[in-house]
Amino acid sequence: MTKKKIRIQNAVTYGMVLIFWAVVEIMDRTGNLSSLLKGLLVPLCMYAILAVSLNLTVGILGELSLGHAGFMCLGAFSGAFLTNCLEGAVPSVGVRFFLALLLGALVAGVFGLLIGIPVLRLKGDYLAIVTLAFGEIIKNLINVLYVGYDANGFHFSMKDTTSLGLDKETGVILIKGAQGITGTPRAATFTIGILLLLLTLFIVLNLINSRTGRAVMSIRDNRIAAESVGINVTKYKLMAFSISAALAGMAGVLYAHSLSTLQASSNNFGYNKSILILVFVVLGGLGNMRGSIIAAVLLTALPEMLRGLNDYRMLIYAIVLIVMTIFNSSPKAIELRSVVMDKIRHKKTEKKEAA
Amino acid sequence: MKKLLAFGLAAAMVLSMSACGGTSTTENSQASGDATFKIGVIGPLTGPAAAYGQGVRNAAELAANEINAAGGINGVMIELNAQDDEHDAQKSVNAYNTLKDWGVQMIVGSVTSAPCIAVSAETEIDNMFQITPSGSAVECVAPDNVFRVCFADPDQGAAAAQYIGEHQLATDVAIIYDSSLEYSTGIREAFVEEAANQGLKIVADEAFTADNATDFSVQLTKAKDSGATLVFCPFYYQEASIVLSQANDMGYDPIFFGVDGMDGILSVENFDTSLAEGVMLLTPFSATEESSQEFTAAYEAAYGETPNQFAADAYDAMYAIKAAAETAGITPDMSASDICDAMKTAMTQISIDGLTGSGMTWNAAGEPNKAPKAAMIVDGVYVMQ
Repeated sequence: MTKKKIRIQNAVTYGMVLIFWAVVEIMDRTGNLSSLLKGLLVPLCMYAILAVSLNLTVGILGELSLGHAGFMCLGAFSGAFLTNCLEGAVPSVGVRFFLALLLGALVAGVFGLLIGIPVLRLKGDYLAIVTLAFGEIIKNLINVLYVGYDANGFHFSMKDTTSLGLDKETGVILIKGAQGITGTPRAATFTIGILLLLLTLFIVLNLINSRTGRAVMSIRDNRIAAESVGINVTKYKLMAFSISAALAGMAGVLYAHSLSTLQASSNNFGYNKSILILVFVVLGGLGNMRGSIIAAVLLTALPEMLRGLNDYRMLIYAIVLIVMTIFNSSPKAIELRSVVMDKIRHKKTEKKEAA
Repeated sequence: MKKLLAFGLAAAMVLSMSACGGTSTTENSQASGDATFKIGVIGPLTGPAAAYGQGVRNAAELAANEINAAGGINGVMIELNAQDDEHDAQKSVNAYNTLKDWGVQMIVGSVTSAPCIAVSAETEIDNMFQITPSGSAVECVAPDNVFRVCFADPDQGAAAAQYIGEHQLATDVAIIYDSSLEYSTGIREAFVEEAANQGLKIVADEAFTADNATDFSVQLTKAKDSGATLVFCPFYYQEASIVLSQANDMGYDPIFFGVDGMDGILSVENFDTSLAEGVMLLTPFSATEESSQEFTAAYEAAYGETPNQFAADAYDAMYAIKAAAETAGITPDMSASDICDAMKTAMTQISIDGLTGSGMTWNAAGEPNKAPKAAMIVDGVYVMQ
């Protein structure tokens, strides 16, 4: 692809997000937005960020990671922890949220780096297994973690809240094991979500079209050839993997600040969540950021839009998923699509010629 | 071309079906006009916790039909709308937003604790009256517009310890609990605290998590070796059925003492119910109890299954709404926020004789005041103690 083409493609992606934002804002201002949609906006942004960031690992780096929910979990908990911690010191929720976003991304990124050093030596299925295990470990560790503070400082425990030994008067429990963190201020808004999505796109798209991105993709396409031209495989792999993790951590902070309860349950951060994000990426197309966003938005909104069907909605959801997969990736369907496109093109040229 | 056609047809089917769904609800609300109270139910209707949500939905429906047949609330009919939350906090908020689009005025839900906390935070902003049948975590009723029918987790844990202490069931107690479940850890914590006051000695304290809830041999061996004569099991009945059969396999026969989550143990498929003989549990409701006969019969006739305590809680929640609404004198044309203000005061003034307790009253914090009841399983039925 030429530089110009790439620029146009990227502009379309940014434009799509901005138009979505503008349309929603106009609908909201004019009172045409249902409460259901309003409530869905932040999760939509969150899943879009997660899908784009995972696409960096799976589509660009070419490594199958099933631990994305684990990084999201790390970000969510460190972010929510910070926001609740600083409640007394920094009164502005906005500032605390901003700091939480930074910390969440940092913690997830650092863990991405630490995990990446041993793990990225593995390839394919093995990497998938190890990242899956990592996600589960994170979830289970947080489930037994109790943290509180009082006048004497922070207290940690892996047992229960009584063993924290908090001062009765000044003690505040921040993380309460399986009950997680409750009472995080809901600072996440749609506009912040869109800004973060744009930031994610900016980082990922610029990375792809840079020297670094080309190096990463060359590792994906042929590791031996890449090494032979002097590309530092470990460095670039780690870089892509930890950036992807940091962005997932940021999405986690967004999630933590959109609900007043945060728990490291299997439902929220289990491997099923990782697989869900992977489904967005695969359906949207490996390496295709715009596709990831569209798939994430469609598949998140769909089960909610089908609420009218009551008990059948999850069934329909599954059918739609299968149909979409076939339409998107079965060779026959692709063939069919290109035939149809060709016909349309032919007609256009014929018309032009006739005119 | 065939494939494209098939895809087109499938897409058209999906669209038309979702369109049907959409229009049917609007028709409902239009046909009934404004002269009804719109009550929304939120709970897990699908997924692993579906038994609870469905129980709540069915019982709420049953109560609504009864109330409507008896002339409604001050002559105004009730309209129900149940939304699924899959036992997920985010989905629960989505369900609440869907209900808001429908024009809901009062909420019964959410059924499970974590989703309930998330929904409470939303209803607080909208000042929407909410009563949860079974959201037992402390934080569920933190906002002053939220009430609950069940006991809070710590209250149940403390009540269990008191019951064991007062009836001198045992002195050496083992605890097995689910550390990944807030319900279980909350009860356990309060139990441990109160046990000290009751002179109970906790000789074993073993945890499991949702991911390894199929093998309890390690925990049971430790409990057995520690010489405990009573095992406190603050978790749900599916796990409890496994605990009981594994304890039987290893020839360990202490008193098993459960809380309300144990309710339902007799309905577990492929479970030898004779193993549950002598199990004690704190439960607010028993289907075989004298006072609940009428409800049980009606529920079985309508839905073909025995109601669990979640259903009983929901049934009481509906009648609490009725009593409070009549006291408050609310009308359907009031805004949800005005209704909430009136209901908040009225809730603290009413007293109802429900399935889960007689003379139930509520305080302004949203907690119910009723006596804890314990049951023992004898010959396959609950015998109230």
